[in-house]
Amino acid sequence: MSDSTTNRRVRTHVTCTVNGDEVDFLASDDTSLLDALRDELGLTGAKEGCGTGDCGACTVLVDGRINCSCLIFAPEAEGSDIVTVEGIAEGDQLHALQQTFLEGAALQCGICTPGFLVSAKALLDQNPDPTETEIRYALAGNLCRCTGYDKIVRSVQEAAVQLRGASR
Amino acid sequence: MRYAAPATVDEARALLSDNPGSQVFAGATDLVPQMRSGRPAPSVLVDLKRIERLTAVTHEDGQWTIGAATPAADLTRDAVFTAAFPGLSEGAGLIGSDQIQNRSSLGGNLANASPAADSVPALIANAGQAVIATADGTRTVPASEIVTGPGSTSLAEGEFIVEFTLADPPAGTGDAYLRMIPRTEMDIAIVGAAVRVTVDGDSISDAIVVLGAVAPTAVVVPDAAAALVGASVAGGSIDQSALTALAEAASAACDPIDDKRGTIVYRRQVAGVLAKRAAVIAVERAQNGV
Repeated sequence: MSDSTTNRRVRTHVTCTVNGDEVDFLASDDTSLLDALRDELGLTGAKEGCGTGDCGACTVLVDGRINCSCLIFAPEAEGSDIVTVEGIAEGDQLHALQQTFLEGAALQCGICTPGFLVSAKALLDQNPDPTETEIRYALAGNLCRCTGYDKIVRSVQEAAVQLRGASR
Repeated sequence: MRYAAPATVDEARALLSDNPGSQVFAGATDLVPQMRSGRPAPSVLVDLKRIERLTAVTHEDGQWTIGAATPAADLTRDAVFTAAFPGLSEGAGLIGSDQIQNRSSLGGNLANASPAADSVPALIANAGQAVIATADGTRTVPASEIVTGPGSTSLAEGEFIVEFTLADPPAGTGDAYLRMIPRTEMDIAIVGAAVRVTVDGDSISDAIVVLGAVAPTAVVVPDAAAALVGASVAGGSIDQSALTALAEAASAACDPIDDKRGTIVYRRQVAGVLAKRAAVIAVERAQNGV
């Protein structure tokens, strides 16, 4: 059973839902979900920043909760429901957060942005009217080395206002 | 490296005994960084999260049972659990970011054996018991007996923590956990302090004080607890001389490392301060609830 003596890379067939579509892929057991999303499914939105769960650039929703996809082994995704940044727009219609990030210049290099968008969406889905402090704590697992965070926080606040208006 | 997701404790036990060099994991929030920094990959990664018992939280007959792989977020969002063990919920809620808390667990936080693990002091302060799957059965030991030093545990090869049991706290009991980090969020404790007290009338009848990050393992400080027992809490404030004695005992129990994140002198000082503050919160909760 064990492959420890052969050093063979075991590949597992994984079936899961990604952005609403059922998908399946083959991935080595030591592959991260992040690498499987990027390399097997071509979803290159989620980024690898640190690879150790510190920076949040690889954040995706797994069964409705934010997770660092770099910390998840690809076979763990079997049967789960995954949403990446590619799944938060409605067709060509950007999500309010994507629009306010653009208009508010809440990004410079953009590496952290997909993670921020997914984390911010998870926050607003749960708490449509967060305080600035709540936003900052909710995004504490996402690091940005360009913007100084203020534009990101303001863009989330603006998106929250728009989304509350839209749901009235 | 092969991944395996057993559905039962028995299957996990068999995988571990059949595969030398295999390892259990829950959230992998420590395992992946360790592998990334050069630690050899296990032969088989045994994912405990598909075992129902490992992620179940139950409360029956005066006892809580917490699956060892239960995500911290499940505990912090559980209002009944948090009302019963506010300090333990606080500790679990300080393990990393929201992303991490959807993966990190009490079992992993303990078995990773970091001296700074945020959920461990309050788990010990609440007399948590660890149910361990052994080669041919289970054994139950106090959670305080699992970690033996940084990165090392008393778990034998092939053993893993199945769940923790916690008795309902006695009436008039409150707990609290506080930590000091050099940043505002997303950092590792340089001092952690958990205090649990039981208040009977106008005085403290029972106490336990546990410090984290100031010694190779979390440390129970009986002298600090003794300083609290018998102390007056009339009018909602703890007798000042008891608090002073508590702080002195807490500082004296420290055997900390000295590094750029916190010097020995600083960690000792802060341990006393945090123990006092946690005691004040614990008494307030014991008297008024959460």
